[in-house]
Amino acid sequence: MTALGVAAAVAAGERTARSVAEDYLDRIGAGDGEIGAFNLVLTKEALADADRVDAALGRGEPVGPLAGVPVALKDNLCTRGIPTTCSSRMLEGWRPPYSATVVERLRAAGAVIVGKTNLDEFAMGSSTENSAFGPTRNPHDTSRVPGGSSGGSAAAVAAGFAALALGSDTGGSIRQPAALCGVVGMKPTYGRVSRYGLIAFASSLDQIGPFGATVADAAAGYEAIAGHDPLDSTLIDQPPEPIGDALTDGVEGLRVGVVAELCGGGRQEAHLAGTDGSAASGVEGVAGDVLSRVQDAAEALEQAGAEVRTVSVPSAVLGLSAYYLITSAEASSNLARYDGVRYGLQVDGANAAEMNVNTRTAGFGAEVKRRIMLGTYALSAGYYDAFYSKALRVRTLMLAEFAAVYEDVDVLLCPTAPTTAFELGAKTADPLLMYLNDVCTIPSNLTGHPAISVPYGRGDDGLPVGVQVMGPALSERLIFRVAAALERAAPGDGSTA
Amino acid sequence: MSGAEPGREAAVAGGWELVVGLEVHVELSTATKLFCGCANRFGDEPNTNVCPVCLGLPGSLPVVNAAAVDFAMRLGRALGCEVRPAVFARKNYFYPDMPKDYQISQYDQPTSIDGSLELAGGHVVGIERAHIEEDTGKTTHVGGGGRIHDAAYALVDYNRAGVPLVEIVSRPDIRTAEQARAYVRELRAILLSIGVSDARMEEGSMRVDANVSVRPAGSGELRTRCEIKNLSSLRSLGRAITYEARRHVDLWSSGERPRQETRHWDEAQGRTTPGRSKEDAEDYRYFQDPDLVPLSPSAEQVAAIDAALPALPAARRAELLAAGAGAVSASDAALLVERDQDALVRAAVAVGADPGLTATRVSNDLAVDDWSRVTPDGLAALIAMETSGRVTATQAKQVLAEMVEAGDDPVAIAERRGFQAMAGDDLAATVDQVIAGNPDEWQRFCSGDDADRKKLAGFFIGQVMRATRGRADGAAVNRLLQERAEPA
Repeated sequence: MTALGVAAAVAAGERTARSVAEDYLDRIGAGDGEIGAFNLVLTKEALADADRVDAALGRGEPVGPLAGVPVALKDNLCTRGIPTTCSSRMLEGWRPPYSATVVERLRAAGAVIVGKTNLDEFAMGSSTENSAFGPTRNPHDTSRVPGGSSGGSAAAVAAGFAALALGSDTGGSIRQPAALCGVVGMKPTYGRVSRYGLIAFASSLDQIGPFGATVADAAAGYEAIAGHDPLDSTLIDQPPEPIGDALTDGVEGLRVGVVAELCGGGRQEAHLAGTDGSAASGVEGVAGDVLSRVQDAAEALEQAGAEVRTVSVPSAVLGLSAYYLITSAEASSNLARYDGVRYGLQVDGANAAEMNVNTRTAGFGAEVKRRIMLGTYALSAGYYDAFYSKALRVRTLMLAEFAAVYEDVDVLLCPTAPTTAFELGAKTADPLLMYLNDVCTIPSNLTGHPAISVPYGRGDDGLPVGVQVMGPALSERLIFRVAAALERAAPGDGSTA
Repeated sequence: MSGAEPGREAAVAGGWELVVGLEVHVELSTATKLFCGCANRFGDEPNTNVCPVCLGLPGSLPVVNAAAVDFAMRLGRALGCEVRPAVFARKNYFYPDMPKDYQISQYDQPTSIDGSLELAGGHVVGIERAHIEEDTGKTTHVGGGGRIHDAAYALVDYNRAGVPLVEIVSRPDIRTAEQARAYVRELRAILLSIGVSDARMEEGSMRVDANVSVRPAGSGELRTRCEIKNLSSLRSLGRAITYEARRHVDLWSSGERPRQETRHWDEAQGRTTPGRSKEDAEDYRYFQDPDLVPLSPSAEQVAAIDAALPALPAARRAELLAAGAGAVSASDAALLVERDQDALVRAAVAVGADPGLTATRVSNDLAVDDWSRVTPDGLAALIAMETSGRVTATQAKQVLAEMVEAGDDPVAIAERRGFQAMAGDDLAATVDQVIAGNPDEWQRFCSGDDADRKKLAGFFIGQVMRATRGRADGAAVNRLLQERAEPA
């Protein structure tokens, strides 16, 4: 059942929130041993939440639009009194004294929180293999990764462990796992959803967004969490537009651009261009089966009345390099606070400095350490201009180029990820190869624009393919509308596992 | 106010000139902290004014306190600075009392730049910048005599973490230790008069670091400087600069050169000791804080701040000196402005009180916290009674004290107490009685040198005061003594 189906049934008294919660908890109990979507299942809390919803309904009180909907939370969202780990040893034993704004909003909307989901440690990764608690597996094929970093949330929705889930997206961490798990995943405009209570990876790009089995579910999740919050000063001071009827509006007359540089055209091999302009070699571009599905999607939109053309955003190929400099720089600062002094892991030392080193050495995994070192280097005296400052200029350039393209088209279309879900361990030995997973999703983070991944058919291996719809700032209504049209046109083999 | 400056003399005697710039950290007295709603209060139970934001807990975000920004802009304008669009940056370094292991500060785009501060003596010191930043927690090392290296453990109080600070960086325009002290005194007076800080060095709400170097007198060069920390009083500031200047002169004179480094002032030993050198100085890796949006003060906002600024100490001193027409001393003027009593004195003078006597009486005898009951008219009436000889200086002080408590009219107080200056024949008779009663002292008074005579005049005036229960005017008694010692 969809999230909106659950909410309607609960509100109408056809189901109790408790019976819904029990069903989902049973499914988790039976299936999550194999998938590993959850770091923590909140059985007691979920049933208590569900009982509160039922009691409110019994008293005839109004319940929210997500009444009784079981929701999974990525485990980098703070939950009051409940362990929040970022899938890192570093936060072992820490219980936040407060909840993230999005968690408060979901509860206010009547949602039932069923658990905290696995992620790449501190959201750094594209496969959910960089977790201190072991990997999450793809419900479509458990030998494959679910993508990442919000792999646990994507897998939870795909496996029917939750009707909705929240993830965070810094470079594609919602959209790429959504694509690999065959669900809908959406990253709102930067500043649309409060980051208060989201444990930061790269503050200038991090944004919380929903996963749903359908576009309508994802839209309902988005509507529940978007909007002003006095605790986050980077929010946009303008109320969000409701999505509502946009989903049935169709795409008649819309101008859709297919981004050449993100569709195997252009200089795919230059994604990891060095600072001297030389290209890294031996990296793969977008797989043929994925490109075919994007082509199918473009044709479907054309048939539905949209005007489709190919457009060029040359700076898109620089995104990956700029992204890894900016996010690593910010992360090196954001993760400095894990020093063993106040909370989480503490490994003793002869003095404070030594304790700090010992704690961080033991507490962080290899990928986190790699990014902290990269970011520290990029911000260092003498290197700042060559790396961090240059990356910021790429970001500015990219904003200008996207703004120019949006003069000519309303939305952009491209693959979400270069391939379908890959085997566990396939890319762990080669960080650069892993980083390439985000090549199509990163531009929206650098520009702060919204984007959504929708399942569209299957790859040659029978695994789900996601196509990505991108729009200019604050175009949530528009991209949900296009995504809904794609969902209606998609080959009807069912996208969830 | 103090006399010659040993530091300066030592430096200048050898043909050297002192070059000092000061960095002053000031805690703003806002009700709440810079980025959260916790109380900004000194002296509370440790770790009671804390929340996820000022503890830097994972997931928390800073939101800037508009009042703190307003205070900082007010300070900028009071220092004659340009107040401009500003950006918060992160200064990254590890220390246990810093919750996020970075400090939110301003770096290349501070709120205030290019101002100046005129010292009480007229010397002008340039202000390079005044930027907003958050304070750190406070660490107390326990065991091993409280020193960092041999402490058994450390306690951290995060009540101070996130308290709003402004760091005011002067240009290296200070040439003597006394000027450095005067700069801090003047800055403190400004902070108090615009109401943005209580500026107490002893409580740490005003902290001073001094950048000290020397150069051959008259050369424009800037030589290697040392930054002196741990200056917890004006006395320490002056002593440390004097010491450090001499150390630099000695080094340069013997063909060596100082190392650029941070040095620690040891008040007990009276010397500076080396801290971090520039070679192992931290790289703070500043970058714009992505959790905060830039500050963009509008022209209207700055105009409103200017319009609301009170008269500043330098202007008030000048006004008081002008009102005194030469009769008010510079030191009295500085003190009265510092104590916020210049308006009272000017108002009393405006209704006819003698300027010099009014300034003296208030600066010497009205050093109380609450003098709100003393009105300009009442003060003028008191000064008139004193200048006309109706009451003595001693009696005037007692009347003033009662005015502070009761707020009555000084004439009524003097009458109630039976105060009336003893004058004429009564006073002369009393003086003669006292002389007769102390023949030895009188003999020495008549035959002694100036010093003896001065000392013994004090003795006789005291005896007459005792005999008259304070009703005699000391100056009149002195005149009578001199007349009797050397009859015309």
